[in-house]
Amino acid sequence: MKQNFPILSQKVNGKELIYFDNAATCQKPISVVQKIDEYYQETNSNIHRGAHFLANKATEEYEAAREYTAKFLGAEKSSLINFVRGTTEAINLVAYAFGDKFIGKDDEIIISELEHHSNIVPWQMLCERTGAKLRVIPINDIGELNYEVYAELLSEKTKLVSINYVSNALGTINDVETIIEKAHAVGAKVFLDGAQAAPHLKVNVQELDCDFFAFSAHKVYGPTGIGVLYGKEDVLNAMNPFHGGGEMIETVTFEKTTYNKLPYKFEAGTPNICGVIAMAEALKFVDEIGIENIAKHENDLLEYATEKMQTIEGMTFYGTSKNKSGVISFLIDGIHPYDLGVLLDKQGIAIRTGHHCTQPLMNKLQIEGTCRASFAIYNTKEEVDVFIKALNRAVLMLK
Amino acid sequence: MSNFSAIEKEIIEDFELFDDPMDKYEHIIDQGNELEVLEEKYKIDENLVKGCQSKVWLVAAKEGDIVFFKADSNTVITKGVVSILIKVLSGKKPQEIIDYKLDILEKIGLKEMLSSQRANGLQSMINLMKQYAHKFQ
Repeated sequence: MKQNFPILSQKVNGKELIYFDNAATCQKPISVVQKIDEYYQETNSNIHRGAHFLANKATEEYEAAREYTAKFLGAEKSSLINFVRGTTEAINLVAYAFGDKFIGKDDEIIISELEHHSNIVPWQMLCERTGAKLRVIPINDIGELNYEVYAELLSEKTKLVSINYVSNALGTINDVETIIEKAHAVGAKVFLDGAQAAPHLKVNVQELDCDFFAFSAHKVYGPTGIGVLYGKEDVLNAMNPFHGGGEMIETVTFEKTTYNKLPYKFEAGTPNICGVIAMAEALKFVDEIGIENIAKHENDLLEYATEKMQTIEGMTFYGTSKNKSGVISFLIDGIHPYDLGVLLDKQGIAIRTGHHCTQPLMNKLQIEGTCRASFAIYNTKEEVDVFIKALNRAVLMLK
Repeated sequence: MSNFSAIEKEIIEDFELFDDPMDKYEHIIDQGNELEVLEEKYKIDENLVKGCQSKVWLVAAKEGDIVFFKADSNTVITKGVVSILIKVLSGKKPQEIIDYKLDILEKIGLKEMLSSQRANGLQSMINLMKQYAHKFQ
């Protein structure tokens, strides 16, 4: 598998690169890299309304990518797939285009203690604009949501529940089926932040019955700067537009503008055409391996690494739910995560250290940050063995 | 040879002994252990040079026409680098500190520590040391 990822064949600090920072972004297979190259060498043109060969070719590939993405997510139709810069933009889009229209003073938005800043701040900003209130589902000792408190937080005031499917900092896989069902019972809409779910779990938005689902291509073996917002048709149609500009209009006069239909309503300006096409190539890569196989591989690594890491003195794991993705968040007594991160890097191993853009979660856990190792399809048990050796060497130097 | 270059030369020569990056970092950590202890009472927010992950506390004092720095960090690697900066800049006249082109980290192959400013706030520390020098002029 590793040979499919050219970037992984390099040496870092004289050592074979071991890349365990996949929850931040994962590496791209050669098929995706070649697609980007091919696009600019053979296809590049602006899409829609073009009367020439390249415009038609680019449009065809762009819209085929939308079709493919719709199938990947199990969406009813491709017009419900809106291309955005990533999950963060998707959340902001919904906060403005849905929130400003349908959420008002004293209405409530429910999030959780597990959320990434990108699923906190846009809602806080919405609350500041509208006078709505933010409610937060707490977590238990092992990093799972407290569903009893969630049920108590829900009321007729709840207009939106926005939850990550999988926690980026702890790896916890949330029971989103329950969350969605209970939210709908009080008439609230549900936004699923799928940034950490799309790379590891089979997603079917219709079976989930979520109102919104978003993910970023770069965490699913695709390029950065491109992602997807799925929404239910009636919800998307009822929303305000987000950005104004070309493409999102039907007619423009100085007196009044009417807006284009879905999905163009939310795609103002020239989109990231190459990114969209390359993202579809990445999704094909995932489909060819099978997301279940990817999940199994990562779970095997998770179990293997967790068992080996337990032998290191002073090890504490953060997030130990039985239902978690291939993320290991940890600290070693008396050692600052930054020091450990640097010394692993010097041994060719990339992990992430810090608060993982989840400062409220770190506050709850009463820590400044953690070290986080996260796995992808190209990682191996042999790499975990090297990682454990490197960890031990670093610990010896730092204690 | 100026005072500065003699100290720098010694530090650079020490670092040249290490080919393996891990050995080099072991040496950095050792540098931190040589740092004069900063009393707990100085480890307050006002003395904090804030970076993203590691904390650095810096205090400065002037005795005669000489500026002295003391510092500490909550991460041992940053502390080692802080120690190197203090060795070079502490005990100098304000104008010497202001004029000094601080490229020691580049010369010992630690330029990366300055570029990843969010990770350690070392660049902010250097700026603050120069600000103190201005103040003491």
